[in-house]
Amino acid sequence: MSDNARKDTPEQAEFRQYCREWLAANRPAEPSVRLPQTALEIMTNEQLSYLQGWQKAAYDAGLVGCDYPVAVGGGGRTDCQRVANEEMVAARTPYFPNIIGLGMAAPTVFYHGQETLKERLLPRLFSGEDIWCQGFSEPGAGSDLASVQTFAEQRGDKWVINGHKVWTSLAHFAEWMILLLRTDKSHKYDGLSYFVVPVRAALGKGVTVRPLIKITGETGFNEVIFDDLEVDDSYRLDELGKGWQVAMTTLLHERGAGELQTPRAGGMKSKSTHANNTPNLIELARNCQRDGRSAAADPLLRDRIMQQVIREQGLNHNQRRSRVPALLDHPMRLALQNKLLASEIAQDTAALALEIEGAAASLYMGDANAPAGGQWPLCYMNSYGMTIAAGTSEVQRNILGERVLGLPKSK
Amino acid sequence: MAQPDNFGFGEEAALLKESARKFFAERLPVEQLHALVAADPDPEKMSECHWKPELWQEMVDLGWSVLAVPESAGGIGMPVVGMAGLAEELGRAAFPCPLLGTLNVSYVLAACGGTGESALAEIAEGRSATLAITNGAGSWNAGDTDVASADGVLNGTAWFVQDARKVDRLLVSARSPAGLSLFWVAADAPGVTIQPDAIVDLTRDQAHVVFDQVEAEEVSSNGLAALNAAFPAIWTTLAADIVGAAEWQLQTTVEYVGARKQFERPLGFFQAVKHPLVDVMVQIDQTKSLVYNAACAIDTEPERALQYAHMAKASASETAAFASGRSVQCHGGIGFTWECFVHLYFKRQKHSQMLWGDAAWHRARLAEILIGEVA
Repeated sequence: MSDNARKDTPEQAEFRQYCREWLAANRPAEPSVRLPQTALEIMTNEQLSYLQGWQKAAYDAGLVGCDYPVAVGGGGRTDCQRVANEEMVAARTPYFPNIIGLGMAAPTVFYHGQETLKERLLPRLFSGEDIWCQGFSEPGAGSDLASVQTFAEQRGDKWVINGHKVWTSLAHFAEWMILLLRTDKSHKYDGLSYFVVPVRAALGKGVTVRPLIKITGETGFNEVIFDDLEVDDSYRLDELGKGWQVAMTTLLHERGAGELQTPRAGGMKSKSTHANNTPNLIELARNCQRDGRSAAADPLLRDRIMQQVIREQGLNHNQRRSRVPALLDHPMRLALQNKLLASEIAQDTAALALEIEGAAASLYMGDANAPAGGQWPLCYMNSYGMTIAAGTSEVQRNILGERVLGLPKSK
Repeated sequence: MAQPDNFGFGEEAALLKESARKFFAERLPVEQLHALVAADPDPEKMSECHWKPELWQEMVDLGWSVLAVPESAGGIGMPVVGMAGLAEELGRAAFPCPLLGTLNVSYVLAACGGTGESALAEIAEGRSATLAITNGAGSWNAGDTDVASADGVLNGTAWFVQDARKVDRLLVSARSPAGLSLFWVAADAPGVTIQPDAIVDLTRDQAHVVFDQVEAEEVSSNGLAALNAAFPAIWTTLAADIVGAAEWQLQTTVEYVGARKQFERPLGFFQAVKHPLVDVMVQIDQTKSLVYNAACAIDTEPERALQYAHMAKASASETAAFASGRSVQCHGGIGFTWECFVHLYFKRQKHSQMLWGDAAWHRARLAEILIGEVA
């Protein structure tokens, strides 16, 4: 991990040492159940409770929410989440289950919620005891997110919510939802407001969660229907009509371009999880045959594998360069590329893996003869979730063209 | 060994980069560059060499040609990461001068050990130089050369010599009975004939150099080792030049498609134009990050320098081609003319794309490192 050994501040150096020691003693054992590739495909309570146990342990040890203030359940440190993340990935831990909470809800609540709300919600979010989901997309509002129609009507100091959200990952386990909705039908952007909503407590009482089956055959995302759900005004984030601005905070962090570093673990190697990266691609090529030789000897495949290696390294060093102002032309230029690049590189890496497998790319996870346990077809299909969710690649290119290059808006 | 997180790109490097950007922009803005190198579009006259020696002298006086020379030989010994910043600005201005050649030679001489020091001292005094190490088939790898030496006398031809008519000295690779040796030759020494090539790139000159019974000073009898040690820096600084030039291509094209209207809209409104320009930006940024990573590796993590430099130049060659294609295409009809400035960069980039190995060549070498030989 040569690229992680940097000029740590004294606080970071001490914290890194602490993380290493804690992880050496407390890295969880391999689970007895099969884990999906990411938290977005968690299907069973067994999977969830294993992963929740790990997140709680990491939070209790101070490895989650490091840079948030102590008052809201954080560690009160400065730029230390990055250190914890690097050490957790290097130690090949399991991933965290509450990724919507950590990556999107936490920074949004932190920047836009009232103090009492932060103090109440964030500690259980960091610990993973409360799973969070995100209510943004609707049947009629995908790339054009600001056209959401879910509506909250004011009745005294309460709001009554009606509407229909889709592609809601983890809603079947979630206690809470971050919810973008409309409080004024006469203004598209300024008519939006933003709430946190206790969905689990309201199941059957104004909230219905129905699973949707993904292209892979797995579940993990849902549709959520609101039918006269009553919520308190204290669950509103920021001012009425400021929902779009609040949503931008969420999206910025979702795309890895926010101020606060998302707590991130992962890297555990097991038969059930499989990283979509070029070291695995090279290993696959070594193990697959083409014309009676190893696929890793085929000049064309070697060239294409190297193309992916170079893109992957480029992304890694983009993230590093984004912290060197003298080598940046525009402050958001690299940050806003992150999601686009990560998703497209993953997609092209998985697509190449299928070509390397050749005829065996037809074999899926349940087949004993499938190379790499049939995980590459799953990676390839799942990669479309990445290039579509959180703003499609097409929307990302609009954002980059308009906000960074200053080209005229396409909408 | 570990790399510093900021690539080792400190205050000095930032200052150099900033002053270089200002110098090039003031001394040779693109209108003047066009007037200087593209005054005559006659395809029969592409072997002419256009540059401003007095501007190069200013750069020498500023100390830029000495920066890469080690302190022990009278230079500054600036880290490669700082030189990458300078090269990026050089590329942004498509500036005609022998800076890259002089840098390249400095890196090779520094790798020669003590025997290279007197030649390095000449560079420290302000002499310019270029590599004369490529054979007629365009290969400079694995000891290929069309020059032979016997008892310190050179005969043969060095091909594809960059900026040959701008330099004072040549560093020549020649086959000797013992292997590959490197020789230090004055560009105007008796028996040296510089034969200009007619080339597409207007911002460089190129030649093949004929050696006829030339007496030369041997600076290394193990030339292959010295060249191999220097190639990562040679590829990385050229890749930095490409990044700077590509950024000029991007910004100039963005400006044009923001101003030019068709169908009652600026061209940049249309996603068929906007998205490819975003892809150019993405490709530039990938390359730039890989360039500074490679430069930093040469400075601080030498065991990884070779693979990172292959990544940087492979990525840069792709960037040169892609940014060039889009810059001309998005300019439409005017982009196809001699009067529009984009052709200057288009041509420089296509030259840089192939120089010292194209993308496929570097990826093939990278695969040898990362995958190895496979049965």
